[in-house]
Amino acid sequence: MARPVRFNIKSKDTKDWGINMASAPDGMTGEGFFAAKLSDVVGLARKNSIWPLPFATSCCGIEFMATMGSHYDLSRFGSERVGFSPRQCDLLMVMGTIAKKMGPVVKQVYLQMAEPRWVIAVGACASSGGIFDTYSVLQGIDQVVPVDVYVPGCPPRPEAILDGFMKIQELVGNESIRRRNTDKYKLLLESYGIQ
Amino acid sequence: MGLTNEIIKNRLSEKFGGVLTEWGEPYGLLTLTAPKEMNLKVMNFLYDEPDLKFRFLTDLTAVHYPDRKGEELCVVYHLHNMVDNIRIRLKVYAPVDQPDVYTATGLFSSANWMERETYDFFGVNFVGHPNLKRILNVDEMDYFPMRKEFPLEDQSRIDKDDEMFGR
Amino acid sequence: MTEQLQHIKLPEGSIEKQTTTLNLGPTHPATHGVFQNILELDGERIVDAESTVGYIHRAFEKIAERRPYYQVTPLTDRLNYCSAPINNMGWHMTCEKLMGVKTPKRVDYLRVIIMELARITDHLICNSIVGVDSGAYTGFLYVMQYRELVYEIYEEVCGSRLTTNIGRIGGFERDFTNTAFEKLEKFLKEYPGVLKEFENLFTRNRIFVERTKGTGTITAERALNYGFTGPNLRATGVDYDVRAHAPYSSYEDFNFNIHVGSTGDNYDKFLVRNAEMWESLNIIEQAYKKVQEFKGAEAEVYHADVPEYYLPEKQDVYTKMEALIWHFKIVMGETEIPAGEVYHSVEGANGELGFYLISDGGRAPYRLHFRRPCFIYYQAYAEIVKGSMLSDAIITMSSLNLIAGEMDA
Repeated sequence: MARPVRFNIKSKDTKDWGINMASAPDGMTGEGFFAAKLSDVVGLARKNSIWPLPFATSCCGIEFMATMGSHYDLSRFGSERVGFSPRQCDLLMVMGTIAKKMGPVVKQVYLQMAEPRWVIAVGACASSGGIFDTYSVLQGIDQVVPVDVYVPGCPPRPEAILDGFMKIQELVGNESIRRRNTDKYKLLLESYGIQ
Repeated sequence: MGLTNEIIKNRLSEKFGGVLTEWGEPYGLLTLTAPKEMNLKVMNFLYDEPDLKFRFLTDLTAVHYPDRKGEELCVVYHLHNMVDNIRIRLKVYAPVDQPDVYTATGLFSSANWMERETYDFFGVNFVGHPNLKRILNVDEMDYFPMRKEFPLEDQSRIDKDDEMFGR
Repeated sequence: MTEQLQHIKLPEGSIEKQTTTLNLGPTHPATHGVFQNILELDGERIVDAESTVGYIHRAFEKIAERRPYYQVTPLTDRLNYCSAPINNMGWHMTCEKLMGVKTPKRVDYLRVIIMELARITDHLICNSIVGVDSGAYTGFLYVMQYRELVYEIYEEVCGSRLTTNIGRIGGFERDFTNTAFEKLEKFLKEYPGVLKEFENLFTRNRIFVERTKGTGTITAERALNYGFTGPNLRATGVDYDVRAHAPYSSYEDFNFNIHVGSTGDNYDKFLVRNAEMWESLNIIEQAYKKVQEFKGAEAEVYHADVPEYYLPEKQDVYTKMEALIWHFKIVMGETEIPAGEVYHSVEGANGELGFYLISDGGRAPYRLHFRRPCFIYYQAYAEIVKGSMLSDAIITMSSLNLIAGEMDA
């Protein structure tokens, strides 16, 4: 009499477990070596270890504090260490309303950051001035610095901030190594008055 | 018996007489108007008198009434007697072409920044203020934004279409 | 050696100048907000300080002159954004005072619950940031978890986490659901244990006490002269609390103590805020019990019966004629608002938050001024910090609980 099969019945295919395995970049592999594009490898390393500079001015800053908390953890994306010195950081996260008095300060901080650098505008006020269409509020930080990702919301939920962060990770991972030296990038910076 | 609005009104009237006008009690808060030269005298009296003791300045701000010719800017002081739990509102009017009002910083240190804010928004010149310059707006601004004739929006922005927003 | 240095040209007056200028600039290494302090340091001691604000001036008072009364509520959210419901309720109460609306008891008790929850969240941030600034990051992370619980309660009632825009003139927009009450019970059950652990981390901690005791002191007379209110004033010994002196929203029905310190230093401020969190828990429990005592039709009431100012139910708008007319009038701003001037204040987490409203009968306020406690007491920072060390200045700044949105408005 055959006994029912008790072992080795679970599928070993990781797709069925609901786990996503990160895939290695495309490359040629062999006995003891793996050859891939330099920009892929560098991008993979950079995107999983971004050090953000939280430039928190107002209410979006409190939602950022909630994102850094343990409920919606930002450090699982590699940003365990938030830095406050522009020289050491890759990502400038501008969170909150930027007034005209504060505009030069944002520009100054952006100039002090070393290449490669990215900027994320979190919240409606940083993206476009938000609900404050007044004489004293800068209508979006893209008037003073070039922005890579905009996260709308007032304030955006921590999940939205994480979504914006993941888009930055995509940008970082796919960026070509030569991008910062191209003419197009130089033109972009010049349009902001940055040499 | 305690301190009531009646008693305060009588004390002020017997000290200053008919100089104080526009008495009222909107929503229970005694309100009076004094001429702009007398603002410190009235506040000193309210501070020093042992039975009046208005020793806390709750708020200092201004209102712009463009229709009251000759006294367009109104500086409003809210004083509070914490011991007897009574508030009083003192208003002082000044003309918009010469809005000089004596500063209250000698009496209340909290008036320092509140007067700077009032100067920044309305242009009221507080005579004797230690450091009267703009506090909330950029230092280069050359107009007083809260006056009724100036618009809310920055007119030089190009990304917002005023016609679509009904302005 | 000196011959080699002869050719170096030093700036004018730099040999004679004994002090260093340090710019504790608008970009802070801790999410406090944007304000600037220019400090003159003699070595490590602060000789002079000058504060600059206005880096987030958003012109609320001018915007409010354009908007009808309901549209001003989202602006009040962004004043003290750590405890937005208190600002919302304060504004609604000011409008109710102007319009002569009396709210039923159940609405008052529900408002008290929401306001005290907001006060707890604000004091939590302040106390844990004092911990972070003295080097103890753990307390902050541990306690943020419980702010998420409170956010969930807000989401049940009004849909939003931080800038809540909660309630309407005359009450709330919808009744509290059972889920909201369950979440409230969960909070009331779990939070006291957490607060006790947080207290144990700090109140007897030798390092924390050495850093905060004796620093940032201010006497009661100077504090009153500078217009201090709230926990900063209570830490100096003056027991002024708007909830007890001018009770609003049926606070007179509750039993609570006002905690005062004695010296006004940073340690006293920490302890006062901590004790106020326990008091708030006490008040929430009393209010919750009172809410549960309402039976029958009274238990369904969540707003005052003022059709002129309170938007009618959506089903009524689509079926009944008068509801449609009231809806139209309110949204278009054609209801009759009495003209007059009113000053109303509530006990915000930082002190007496006042609203001075002048109405000329039109659809928008003629003049609205916010009496913002942070703005008023930040003036005293230069005086408090003179003579102390630089590290004490940082802790003083965070224990004063300066919220930039409230400072600049």
